[in-house]
Amino acid sequence: MNREELQAMGEREQEKQQSYRCRLLCCASTPCLSSGATAVIETFKQVIKEHDLEAEVAITSTGCMGPCSRGPLVTVQVNGQQDVIYEQVTPELAREIALAHAAAEPKTVEKNILPGDLAFFTKQKKVVLSNSGLIDPDRLESYVARGGYSALAHALREMTPMEVCETIIKSGLRGRGGAGYPSGLKWDLVRKAPGDKKYVIANGDEGDPGAYMDRTLMESDPHRVLEGMAIAGYAVGADQGFIYVRGEYPIAAKRLENAIRIAERRGLLGGRVLDSSFNFRVDIRIGAGAFVCGEETALMASIMGRRGQPWPRPPYPAQKGLWGFPTLINNVETFGNIAPIIENGAEWYASIGTEKSKGTKIFALAGTVETTGLIEVPMGISLREIVFDIGGGIPGGREFKAAQTGGPSGGCIPAEHLDTPVDYESLSRLGSIMGSGGLVVMDDTSCMPDVAKFFMEFCMDESCGKCVPCRVGTVQLHQILEHITNGSATQEDLDKLEELCIMMKETSLCGLGQSAPNPLLSTLKYFRQEYEAHIANRTCPAEKCTFTEVPPLQLTEELQRRARLAKTDSEVS
Amino acid sequence: MATTSKHKTAPAKMETVHTDPRYKLVDRTLKRLHYQQDALIEVLHTAQEAFGFLNDDLMIYIARALKLPQSWVYGVATFYHFFSLEPQGEHTCVVCMGTACYVKRSAEIVATIQKEFGIAPGETTPDGKLSLATARCLGSCGLAPVLVIDDEVLGKETPEGTVQRIKEVITTTPDTGAATDVAVAQPQEEHQS
Repeated sequence: MNREELQAMGEREQEKQQSYRCRLLCCASTPCLSSGATAVIETFKQVIKEHDLEAEVAITSTGCMGPCSRGPLVTVQVNGQQDVIYEQVTPELAREIALAHAAAEPKTVEKNILPGDLAFFTKQKKVVLSNSGLIDPDRLESYVARGGYSALAHALREMTPMEVCETIIKSGLRGRGGAGYPSGLKWDLVRKAPGDKKYVIANGDEGDPGAYMDRTLMESDPHRVLEGMAIAGYAVGADQGFIYVRGEYPIAAKRLENAIRIAERRGLLGGRVLDSSFNFRVDIRIGAGAFVCGEETALMASIMGRRGQPWPRPPYPAQKGLWGFPTLINNVETFGNIAPIIENGAEWYASIGTEKSKGTKIFALAGTVETTGLIEVPMGISLREIVFDIGGGIPGGREFKAAQTGGPSGGCIPAEHLDTPVDYESLSRLGSIMGSGGLVVMDDTSCMPDVAKFFMEFCMDESCGKCVPCRVGTVQLHQILEHITNGSATQEDLDKLEELCIMMKETSLCGLGQSAPNPLLSTLKYFRQEYEAHIANRTCPAEKCTFTEVPPLQLTEELQRRARLAKTDSEVS
Repeated sequence: MATTSKHKTAPAKMETVHTDPRYKLVDRTLKRLHYQQDALIEVLHTAQEAFGFLNDDLMIYIARALKLPQSWVYGVATFYHFFSLEPQGEHTCVVCMGTACYVKRSAEIVATIQKEFGIAPGETTPDGKLSLATARCLGSCGLAPVLVIDDEVLGKETPEGTVQRIKEVITTTPDTGAATDVAVAQPQEEHQS
């Protein structure tokens, strides 16, 4: 396929879509599927068949629409009218919706409608997720109709690899996996690295509990990720890409596999991409459940079929990666940003966000908040806007206590910092990180030492065991936290806790160990009084912990006390 | 990255040793990936899908086919949580322990199941009916707390409702008895987790 054919394909699909009087889009990503989207789609099909409307009404299973807790979600598009979104659609309601909208005089069903001016939608800015919820992830045509692969065609035809790297540098895009390294610089390093073979890896091993941005992007818009990877391959001079998908995401892997097959058949991947001299193959690697594999060197070990243990850097993957060749490794979400940047230009992208953090970021908003789901917001938006405007506040009249960002590598942000702009620098100043974008809201029923213990247990379980500070440190930290939450800790334990945290941060081999103490340190920083209440008063302010143990007897103190007693006794006698 | 032609002849002999048809599935994956040593994880995935768990014979078989030391294969199989070296129960209940679920008290659900059925996470009931497991994050945080019983993803759960549902699942399905059926039925469940 060449560029003209690509364009023709998009136009044909657009015409086809406009020929339908009404389009029913039903979300078919994991959360909606588990709340019953399959039955809704079946009902739509049945109704269309019963009333013989195949030529006038189209049914599309799309990717994520956003407010996951309100699923299954259905969007109805009628030509010349505003889209209507329905929440919590049951098969009965689906029948009503299909009949009302497909009628010769389309009507809306006045039930379960999500208002279009809801802050959840209006405060967002969709760049990476611009297609999500509107296209069928299993059909290449629907992606192409929305301008898909034209950025790749543009890059191949009109840009040199150096120009592509420069555009990415100018856009200010930073890695969306968490650390926020400037992506363009990384690309340029790989481009300049000597090597007759180079690789591109998309990191889709999203192990953070509470984060599911990558899964949603891979499920909702797999071609967007592949296009980004192909552009990266062209820019750095690689002809082989790997996409590493978590084992827990079977639907994402299936849709990606399907997308790769279709793209290869149409000449958008594989040999001679878009009739140019550029070749690019993509293979999927399925993870097997190890959080440490999100770390780049561990991930590469896993791709090579070994235990996912990290190795020391430098040399960085950009010089020496997979099988010793220069390797570009980026998060799936980073690749999702590439096509819009090439399409609209670096200046456009750089105009979104803050001075040092450009563009938008996807967050998985979860926890005790009214509307949970997936959101994409411009960098620099305040946490308050995310939690109270987009998320709709805390349910049940409870109080906001903290927002946890960045999962086990991140930290908790307390209520007094709700107005902080969300960007890489502000978050790290608060002792948290952007991370891959999990944002868990907690109300006053959450006990902070208990939350810290939860994350430490996670890191203890997931430590690969290669370096001692991480392997032993996580166990010790977890044990002390266990003592704090069961009532057997002493003041000394608290000092030891801090000392250990700093030691682990400074001496661990990879990101897992270096960042494992973060949740603990940040809760200590903002909620120290809670730790002290556990130790000194043996009370849990959140009334969550049960104190089953007692602090060990301090022998020296006890002996001194007895000696004093003995002295007074002898004096008396 | 050792892919030489001599690798391709060795496993062919072994196919005759194993009469179990499930080894064919493993062989097919081995062949598709050209007996490359770095395809180990993929092969283990297929093997677990076919057998439900990885027993010693299976790991030795894979080690020979890929010309890797047995300790290497064992090391990889035990490193990743996804691979199980023990047979699983007829039904599985996977409780998500992600942050969002934890904040919404999924630990209480696990404790209730543990008390009701007498098994800790990672264990199977003595009659082989139920395996309890916990997952790091199922990525359905919007529906927290989430759990998966066999193939079914259940969101917004309560401890009582979960125990009730597990009892229903265990009692309504007929006792298949044969161990092989259990093993074959397992892969989809594993995938869900």
